[in-house]
Order: sequence, then C-alpha cells, then structure tokens
Amino acid sequence: MSDAEERAQSPEVAPVPFELLDETDVADLGSLSYRQLVWRRFRKSKLALAGAGVLIALYFITLFADFFAPYNYQTDNMLMRYVPPTHIHMMDSGRLRWPFVYALRSIRDPETMELSFVDDTAHAYPITLFHHGDGYRIFGLVGSNLHLIGSDGPFYLAGTDRMGRDLFSRILFGGRVSLTVGLVGVFLSIILGSLLGIVSGYRGGWMDVVIQRIIELLSAFPTIPLWMALAAALPAGWSGLQVYFGITVILSLLGWGGLARQIRGKVLSTRDADYILAARAAGAGQWYVITRHLAPMAYSHIIIIATLSIPGMILGETALSFLGLGIRPPMTSWGVLLEEAQRVTVVLHYPWLLISALPVVVVVIAYNFVGDALRDAADPYSA
Amino acid sequence: MRNYIIRRILLAIPTLIAISIIAFVIIQLPKGDFLDQKVAQLEQQYGDSSSIAQADALRHRYGLDKPMPERYIHWVSGFVRGDFGESFRYEREVKDLIWERLGFTVLLSIGSLIFTYLMAIPLGIYSATHKYQWGDNALTFLAFLGMSLPGFLIALCIIVLVYKVFGVPLFGLFSPYYQAQVGWSWAKVGDLVNHLWVPIIVISLNGVAGLMRVMRGNLLDVLGEPFVRTARAKGLKESVVVVKHAARIAINPLISMMGMSLPDILSGTTILSIVANLPTVGPLLLQSLQDEDMYLAGTILLFMSLLLIIGNLLADIALAWADPRIRYE
Repeated sequence: MSDAEERAQSPEVAPVPFELLDETDVADLGSLSYRQLVWRRFRKSKLALAGAGVLIALYFITLFADFFAPYNYQTDNMLMRYVPPTHIHMMDSGRLRWPFVYALRSIRDPETMELSFVDDTAHAYPITLFHHGDGYRIFGLVGSNLHLIGSDGPFYLAGTDRMGRDLFSRILFGGRVSLTVGLVGVFLSIILGSLLGIVSGYRGGWMDVVIQRIIELLSAFPTIPLWMALAAALPAGWSGLQVYFGITVILSLLGWGGLARQIRGKVLSTRDADYILAARAAGAGQWYVITRHLAPMAYSHIIIIATLSIPGMILGETALSFLGLGIRPPMTSWGVLLEEAQRVTVVLHYPWLLISALPVVVVVIAYNFVGDALRDAADPYSA
Repeated sequence: MRNYIIRRILLAIPTLIAISIIAFVIIQLPKGDFLDQKVAQLEQQYGDSSSIAQADALRHRYGLDKPMPERYIHWVSGFVRGDFGESFRYEREVKDLIWERLGFTVLLSIGSLIFTYLMAIPLGIYSATHKYQWGDNALTFLAFLGMSLPGFLIALCIIVLVYKVFGVPLFGLFSPYYQAQVGWSWAKVGDLVNHLWVPIIVISLNGVAGLMRVMRGNLLDVLGEPFVRTARAKGLKESVVVVKHAARIAINPLISMMGMSLPDILSGTTILSIVANLPTVGPLLLQSLQDEDMYLAGTILLFMSLLLIIGNLLADIALAWADPRIRYE
C-alpha cells in the first residue's frame, strides 16, 4: 500500500507541534529504547494526554458505575417520569448552605394536560456524599448500598426518562457497554487482521489472492447497511450478553480488512530484508520468523490502527442501538439511551434526553486525539 | 484507457455475483421468515389455524419451501428480466418499490460527495497555508468535532433546532404541497433543490472534516518539495504556486479516496434518511430487515453495493484523468 493511500485511510489530524528535542535530550537520545522515544513524543501532545486522562477516568467510573451513579439504572419511579435535570440549590433565604434539593410537585396544565414539575420549597433534602441508596454487589461479590453522591429527595443530574429512571445513572451504566464494545471489537479485528495480513504477505501465492479478494468483497458493501443487515439477523431470543458479543463480532467483521491490508504491505516490504533472510538461513521456522520478527515490527502499526478504529466501532454500536438493531433493553448503552430521543416531538418536550449524546462525542474525540498523537509518535526517529 | 475500463467492468461481474450471494445469505440468516409473522397475525385475527394452510400456499407461491441454493438461483435469474422478486409486506414488485427511492439515494449521495470535495479542498488549502495560525487551529478543532459527531445526532439536533425556530419540520425532500403532487414539474424540481441542501450538509459534515485534514497534510508535504521552491524562485505569485503547482499534486490522493469515501457517504445517507424519514432506500432497508422482507432487503443491499462499485470505477477513471503519470495497461 502506497504512502498516500495509507494516509488516506487514516486522515492525518491534529497538528501536534513537535519541536525538535532540546539539546539536553539529544545527548542521551541514543541510549533510549524505542518505547521511551515514543513516550517522549506522545507526552508532548497535550491534547492526547488530556484525551488519555479522560478515557482512563471514564473507564474507571463506568467500571464502578454502581458506586458512582446515584441510582441503579433500572430503578424506575412512575411518579417521576420525564423530570427535567434537578436544580441544585446552595442558597437558602440569603444564606449559603450545604447543597440541597427541593422535593418536586407535579402540576398538570389544565389546557394541554401536560405534566410539569415545580420545586416544593417546603421540603428540602441535603445532598450527601457516600449516600445509602440502591443496593448492589461489586463484581457480584461485595454487597453495598453506598453511592458516591445522592440524596433522599429527587436527585436527577440529567433528568429522568419515560419510566422515571435517572438518566445520569443510566449514562454511567450504559458506558459499560458502549465503551467496551469498541475495545472487544477492535481486539477481535486485530487478531483476525494481523493474522490474515501476515499470512497474506508472508506466504503469498493463492492464500494471498483469496484473502485479498475477501477483503475487497467486504469493502464493496456500505458499512452501516451491512451492519444493519447482520444485526437484524441476531436471533430475537438471545440474552443481553449474547447480543452484546454478537454486535462486537459484527462490528469487527468489517474492521479487519483495512488492518490486514496495511500489515500485509508492511510484511511484504520486509519479507526479504536481510535480517529475515539471515534468520531463515540460520534455520528459523516460519512460525518463528512470523512471531519473532514480523509481528513485533507491525506492533506499533497495529496499536495505532486499533486506537483509531475504536471510535468508529463505538459510533457503530451507538448507531445500531439507536436504530433499534443493537443492544436491547433492559441492557443499556448510549445508543439505547439515544433511541428514546429519536422522535422530534420527544426531544422538543424533553430536551435533556439528548444529554446521552455528550459522552459519545467526548469519548470519540478523546480517542481521536490519542490515536493521532500515537501515529505521530510511532515514528520517533523523524523530526 | 478504454481497455482498462472494459476490463474493470468485466472484473466487477464476479464481484457482483459474490456480493449477491453474500447479501442473499445474510438476509436468510434470521430464523423463520416473513410468513411466520403473517401467520401469527392471521391467527390472532381469525383465532384458528386455517391461516397455516394459507401461509403454506403463500410459501409455495414465493418458493420459500425450496432449499436455499434453489431460491437463490430463482432470485438471481430474475435479474436479467429486471425482476428482483416481490416484497411480502407491500405485496408489490421490489423494483417498483425501490426505483424512485434509489434515485433519491443516488441524488443525495452524489450531491454530498460533490459538496464534500468542494468544501474540503479549499478549507484544506487554507488550513495548510495558514499552518498553526488562528484559522488553522479553529478549522482543526472543527474538523475533530465534525469527525467525532455521529451524523444522526447532528441531524437530530438540526431537526429540533429548525422546528424550534421556525415551527415547521424542515426535513423531507418536498414541501407538503409538492409531496402530494404526482409526477414531475419544474416547480417541484425547484422545491426539491430547496430541500436538498440541509440533508446534503449533514451527510457531508464527517467527510468534509476528514478530507480537509488529509488535504492539509498532503499539501504541507508537497509544499516542502523542491519543485515548489523552484516555482517560488521563478518569482511566481504565492497564490499561483499554491493553487497551480502544489494543490494540483496534493489533490491526487483525494481523488483516489473518492471511491473510499462513498461507502461512508452511503452509510450517512442511510442513517440520516431513517432519522429524518427521507424517501431514500434507507428507511425501506431498516423496515424490510425488521420485517424479514428478504427480497426487498437483499435487493437494496445489492444495489447499494453496485453504487459503490460504480463509484470506485469512476474514481479510478477520474484519477487517471487528473494524474497523467498514472498509466493503465
């Protein structure tokens, strides 16, 4: 694959300005390993560091969503349907107070019959740290009912949905699915892509031809429609977990082609390099050459492509779930949450439902920043 | 060149056959078929099982009781006559259902493709020639945002915004008056053009963001080359150097990318059409997949792939035309 094409597949993004290493650095450059050099470059991009920080924080929070979310994602309250985001008050009759919320009173508009909520200032509830709320078990082991933050009153940071479930909590729990779908999907496509790419490049011959034709064929389908068709084929009786893995397999099924092609190109260009020939002359077997010499060379490449293709998979899951073909309730993901915001009339009346879009955008941007800086850092020897 | 085109067209035939097989297998994957749903529906209506006999008769009529390869041959052999099977749900010929919608799909996709390139190339040039300046940084930020925002979300936000500001749903390809009008008139075409730009902008956004960055990178590479220095040394105006010398070369990879950006655009068109209920094949595909209306779904998949193959071919021809260094034997 030519240079231009390679660039074309993964658009060059952030203009991460790399000043040449300053003089003190140059002195000990030679003694640094490849990994250290890459890290040196990577950390120069503030955007990428910020992105990485955001991602780590988000993965951590969603992993312990039970604790960080004020409610369980399935806790519903039919009296609190479509409640707008809660006002958090700090002033009480002119005096500063520990943050608190008021109880809500629902009022029905006599003309439109629409329900709306107003603060009931007679009842105030403080917001408490380490609040005792819905019970849960961490990893099914340790039981607890502690939540980082919560209140005995209505405490809906992002409002509630049509079943009176707290949207903020649902976003945190939904992140478990949305954030990991990309990881698992990319993992699968890396295995498929690097294996087939290396085989295709190293063995050549009819295997190469067959693999390349398959890749061409897969790329002849428009992504989303093919994903839709495959997702629609998932049996209706499947459990949440089965559907989850089904979706990741579908997402990775189309993702490996590009990776395989690039790795094949890399392998082709080094297959006859001196050190490979030397290894072979010394009696190294095919498997040894592939795992010890060819695969490590492609590692950096694989990691970059993986990072850059995760956002696509996250968006893919979101889009599929949004269309009602992906993750199925009661399991929740950001796409599932957005599905409820699909109809314009709903969004007009309950605009806070769109808040679920925010984490999607943040995560995708963060991944793009990180992937982009990684791509620049992967070649630390160039200026 | 002509030989090359002919060879490419001939090569596309086995690809199409393979695609039709894959499409057919995929749409057969779900357990059961459309008639199972129909039977359940009829049973509820009449409360007895006489509908099963009726369903069996239908199944026989549609050839659903035959093994898969036989059904495939049956389906494919109709193509030559322009027969793509019958939609179970609409009980109409598939080709009648998708013909007009396919036209709108092509219209939207091509419109978006053109718009994408018209926007991306000048923006990329501007970004590259103002590297790290205020405008470049702003464009970079917007590009990241544009690449990260899923199309359906942008669409949703725009629909809501327009509805809030103007109180009318802006989406759709026609105003209600022309929607009802059967046949075509110049006024209707004008109305269509008026409605086309919103979806086109929404579909193009991701592509513009990505391509702009590619154009910027390419141009920056080219601007560092010796022939650019030569051009400057000759005393040419900077605008001439950039546009006539550098950009001319930097555009080539973008042309070869045209084939690659088509799938994205088609995907974008599909999703947007579903969200905004545009009369393209997108909403029809979603519905047919949910209904297991397999001939309809399969034919739509097939035609979408056909569009991509044609698009790829055109992109290659355009590249050969734009870059005389490329030779096809």
